[in-house]
Amino acid sequence: MALPELFHDLLFDYTLRTVALGAAILGCVSGTLGSYAVLRRQSLLGDAISHAALPGIALAFLLTGSKAPLVLVLGAAAAGWLGTLLVMGVVRTTRVKFDSALGIILSVFFGVGLVLLTFIQKRPDATQAGLDRFLFGQAATLLAHDVVTMAALGGLALLTMLLFWKELKLLSFDPEFGSTLGFPIRALDVLLTTLLVVAIVVGLQTVGVVLMSALVVAPAAAARQWTNRLGVMVALAGSFGALAGVSGAVLSSSAARLPTGPLIVLCASALVLLSLCLAPNRGIVWNALRQRRNRRRLQVDGEAIP
Amino acid sequence: MLATTTATAIAIRDLTVAYHDRAVLWDVDLDIPAGVLMAIVGPNGAGKTTLIKAILGLVPVVAGEVRIEGRPLAEVRRRVAYVPQRGSVDWDFPTSVLDVVMMGRYGALGWIRRPGRRERDAALAALEQVGMRDFAGRQISQLSGGQQQRVFLARALVQDAAIYLMDEPFQGVDATTERTIVGLLRELRSAGKTVVVVHHDLQTVPEYFDWVTLLNVRMIASGPVDAVFTPELLRRTYGGHIAFLGQDDGGLAAVAGGGA
Repeated sequence: MALPELFHDLLFDYTLRTVALGAAILGCVSGTLGSYAVLRRQSLLGDAISHAALPGIALAFLLTGSKAPLVLVLGAAAAGWLGTLLVMGVVRTTRVKFDSALGIILSVFFGVGLVLLTFIQKRPDATQAGLDRFLFGQAATLLAHDVVTMAALGGLALLTMLLFWKELKLLSFDPEFGSTLGFPIRALDVLLTTLLVVAIVVGLQTVGVVLMSALVVAPAAAARQWTNRLGVMVALAGSFGALAGVSGAVLSSSAARLPTGPLIVLCASALVLLSLCLAPNRGIVWNALRQRRNRRRLQVDGEAIP
Repeated sequence: MLATTTATAIAIRDLTVAYHDRAVLWDVDLDIPAGVLMAIVGPNGAGKTTLIKAILGLVPVVAGEVRIEGRPLAEVRRRVAYVPQRGSVDWDFPTSVLDVVMMGRYGALGWIRRPGRRERDAALAALEQVGMRDFAGRQISQLSGGQQQRVFLARALVQDAAIYLMDEPFQGVDATTERTIVGLLRELRSAGKTVVVVHHDLQTVPEYFDWVTLLNVRMIASGPVDAVFTPELLRRTYGGHIAFLGQDDGGLAAVAGGGA
């Protein structure tokens, strides 16, 4: 597809425009809020939340009989949130460490989700529920009003983050010190986790529970390479996420009809790879060049160092 | 000289703290008079850090209570500043020296309000005090251990508190930083502040501090250095794993030894 044609389609082709816009929103929101997860060394929390959301989707359908995206997303959010609170509770009250707690909750919830999903599909009375699209995501099913819902939820999460910017920075850098200042650190932790849950359920329909966590971690990991300022990193992670979303949507629409979710994740991974190699100061290429320059300077100054 | 006040900065009664089923602090009673420069010493695992964290409400207590200037901590938070061990945070966090120091003003700022010019000026003044003014714009991952420690001290200074609790500020710092910290401790004392420092180096206790608490899960002794920092009490604190070095000019020098 030629470039002018591509831009024309992005603007005027309903399906592509909707999918690209939705993907941009989900990438931006998860990239932005994922920055905190990465900085707090809780990258896998996103994985736990998204897997834990699956039984919520199935239960929401079983209870209401509705396949309306908002109903399913609310179910996903409730289950994802519950799963995360359980992880935090297990870490606080037992000797089980964070990574183990994460692994346990993730697999239990995901297992329950798969059982419920199979149960729904085997029910003789129900039409094929089509809930399995939440496993790997199906961008083509996005409608304009889905995108509006995504934008509203995501925008709310981002505004909350901006409002509590100072408090969230304190929570991420030095929670104990924050606690001595009188800030309710546990409540802030729940708030930040809730925002992450919102970011993840916003993307579930498009990317799916299995791959969604990549969009929490990858844009933030890539952004960290380019800057040493929290504000720049968060903004950059959001932009990288949006860029990956749009690129993935465009790639999947062109020719081969490839699945959108995985392509978005691959685009985000490509950004990580580029950043790891090319970023100034932290990048691999930069470091190699610096080393060569230093070695040459030493050779000029004195004897060569083998 | 004016009569010294007998006010108590921190009063601890029957304090017991346990991690899982092991007692870390057992039935500690301790009064810290206002205006002293006090070291907490004791062997590894004696509960020194835990004592500071219990005073700050950072660890759950099994029993007992802590009062700051006669009131519960929640009512007088603004009067207490904390310098954690510098290893307790990730120094690769994307932020600058000035930003970290300004965090000391977050409590006074309250919710949502962002630091502005006043906070910036206070932070720069505190950095000047610890000899780090030129590093204000520096990314924190580029600091040496001693510089990190001084940034944490500056962050506590901008809190403008009455009571300073410091967890091993001398741990692994260079000579410049050690001199800066000692000077700072003396300035704080002359300004009438109460300073409590978890300290490892027994040899410098008589030189740096005027008050000392000996701790080994239980309280062994607490009082003026002259009265409490004695071979007999140190031996009781360290359970015999201690050697006394040359005692020139009447001072007492001791090092904790042995113990794997």
